[in-house]
Amino acid sequence: MASTSGRDAFVEFERVQKSYDGETLVVKDLNLRIPKGEFLTMLGPSGSGKTTCLMMLAGFETATHGDIRLDGRPINHIPPHKRGIGMVFQNYALFPHMTIAENLSFPLEVRGMGKSEREGKIRRALDMVEMGGFEGRRPAQLSGGQQQRVALARALVFEPELVLMDEPLGALDKQLREKMQFEITHLAHNLGITTVYVTHDQTEALTMSDRVAVFNDGRIQQIAPPDELYESPQNSFVAQFIGENNTLEGTVKEIKGGVALVELDDGGVIDAKPVNVERPGERTLVSIRPERVEFNRERLQAGVHTLKAEVLEFIYMGDIFRTRLRVAGCDDFIIKTRNAPDQRRLQPGEQIEIGWLPEDCRALDLPAR
Amino acid sequence: MADTAADMPTDIVGALRTPDGRPLKQALAQAERRARIRALVLVLPLLAFVLLTFIIPIGQMLSRSLLNDTFSANMPALTRWFDENPGAEPDEAAFEALVMDLRAAKEARTQGAVGTRINYEVPGTRSLFTKTARRADRIEPPYREAVLDVDKDWARRDLWAAMRSAAAPVTTNFYQAALDRKITPEGEFAFADKQSRIYITLFVRTFVLALAITGLCLVLGFPVAHLLAVLPMRKASLLLILVLLPFWTSLLVRTTSWMVLLQGQGVINDTLVALGVLGDENRLSLMYNQAGTIIAMTHILLPFMILPLYSVMKTIPPSYARAARSLGATSWTTFRRIYVPQTVPGIGAGAILVFILAVGYYITPALVGGATGTLISNQIAFHMQESLNWSLAAALATMLLAAVLVLYWVYDRIVGIDNMKLG
Repeated sequence: MASTSGRDAFVEFERVQKSYDGETLVVKDLNLRIPKGEFLTMLGPSGSGKTTCLMMLAGFETATHGDIRLDGRPINHIPPHKRGIGMVFQNYALFPHMTIAENLSFPLEVRGMGKSEREGKIRRALDMVEMGGFEGRRPAQLSGGQQQRVALARALVFEPELVLMDEPLGALDKQLREKMQFEITHLAHNLGITTVYVTHDQTEALTMSDRVAVFNDGRIQQIAPPDELYESPQNSFVAQFIGENNTLEGTVKEIKGGVALVELDDGGVIDAKPVNVERPGERTLVSIRPERVEFNRERLQAGVHTLKAEVLEFIYMGDIFRTRLRVAGCDDFIIKTRNAPDQRRLQPGEQIEIGWLPEDCRALDLPAR
Repeated sequence: MADTAADMPTDIVGALRTPDGRPLKQALAQAERRARIRALVLVLPLLAFVLLTFIIPIGQMLSRSLLNDTFSANMPALTRWFDENPGAEPDEAAFEALVMDLRAAKEARTQGAVGTRINYEVPGTRSLFTKTARRADRIEPPYREAVLDVDKDWARRDLWAAMRSAAAPVTTNFYQAALDRKITPEGEFAFADKQSRIYITLFVRTFVLALAITGLCLVLGFPVAHLLAVLPMRKASLLLILVLLPFWTSLLVRTTSWMVLLQGQGVINDTLVALGVLGDENRLSLMYNQAGTIIAMTHILLPFMILPLYSVMKTIPPSYARAARSLGATSWTTFRRIYVPQTVPGIGAGAILVFILAVGYYITPALVGGATGTLISNQIAFHMQESLNWSLAAALATMLLAAVLVLYWVYDRIVGIDNMKLG
């Protein structure tokens, strides 16, 4: 994975704050280093500050405090048109009064490029997104997916080293979105450009990115490669925001040998990996992924703590089964099992015992209510 | 296959039929007839209103520009003589017909109307008719000498030419007058006398001033409309009220307020003098000239420019400008190449609205225009209300309408009417 040391950071946010009204901070103390060629996704719920960060990088918003550097140069006072950053907008923002060729020609014309050079670049950019032959059309004559491709070509045609994308796939249907996710990732890696991608869709973030920065409440909660983010969330917000998650509340009894013993509120005891709990007596939220829960006694490790559970509902979803359980007073504890030939289908009303590997169950902070 | 054929039978030519055998088109028309009749009934009152109060009076007015039977209705004998002797010099029979008609006109008290009608063509002849009519009872044959005794002007060839052309109920005389032209007794189409050429100048002035006002409204209104479109909702509403405020004030009040501001001893001049910008002896003449008309009308018509512009600008997402900036365009290039082209529908709508309103504007130029700032509409009003030459007024109005329609067509050619957005 790309190195994040300060020296080779291509984009750098240092202690950046942003406030719109002088009373509340939308972005609080943001520190972020993006190495050259990385595909970084800013993921978070709406209002978490991710789009504001993107707009500050693009130059449409000014940072209230702190430095933003591009390739080592501070860009706080450089106007957007001199930053040379390609940008793809949520609604594509293709100029409706221009043809596709004119749209692509625009960034080249304002750079004073000659006609023949422009034509070559436009053709190559359109071929790259498989939109050759659409030069004379107007944006309104294209489908959403086609407009998306043209917007991408326009952001890349002047060969920027950094491309920003603000929820570019939000308006597409699911199938097209998945196809475009794949294409954008390939294009970005083949061209070697640095990409900052903003989305609130966690699947998109996980499938496309080298690293994902999870935003909440104006701060980066965790920045990590997708697998690490999914498997080792550093706090309860990340655990709940990324993927599906079962949570149980309890109190830490003891921490020994890298395993925390947690007593749940109904008296049950489980093993968990202490992530941000430090001492016995602390309240904690333990989090466990539905696919890591095991109910087959033979596959459970010996000596591991288990919990009693009652099957409430069995949902057939094709490739997987989703079973809803009542565990420790919680009615929406979900387990996911693969639809394999030997897989047992649980029946509602059945009493089972569930358990997991201690490292799959993470004892996190209990968020304030 | 057989089932579908039974469901939807087709006749020989292949037109679709309903299951009971009627052609589908006929069935559709019948099904929609009730809705169509109901819609028609709903618009009928408005249709009747528009027809009675707008289309018929305007049509009648316009027909007056070509039809004028004042002469032929009141001077039947002379009209018959003109019909029977095309191109002839007036002979004894013509003078006899003249005297007979003038006697009848005196009875019916229409000699003034006839005199006025001829006076339009040959100035100074109205009194000729009234004087002669007064003495018509005493005129004895031979009529020619007797009439010439009353006034030797009756021998004028242009007078007889004017009467001959006025005898025809359908005439282009008024259009000739409206174009500052006349047909000489020799039948040539020529300019009228220099001192009576006023309408061409007025038409040109009207269109030039309307253009200037439209341009000023665009220059002043564009930034305001843009501000309206980008400000947060609450501030924009407040600003919109300020824009609309003049609409809620009487036009007369607004115009007279401008008079207070603009006159020689008015607020603007006083302020400039007090500030020492102007000497007391060189006060600006801002009123009773074109400057007054332009200033007051620009203010009054400004909302008609701002509102269509605003409605278009409101729909332009800020992301276009951002996209252009991120692609490397300066703010000026972004404005010129991205923003302005997208506001063209609003500019077009606002400009045509202001221009057409300005071309026909009446009250404001009448009050603040003075001699050099009046427009063609003031002249039309003059002929309607004072000179009572309705036919000339109608001819001027028709030409104004035609000119506006031509401009509208040109506009459609250049900008396209579909490109216009009124709100």
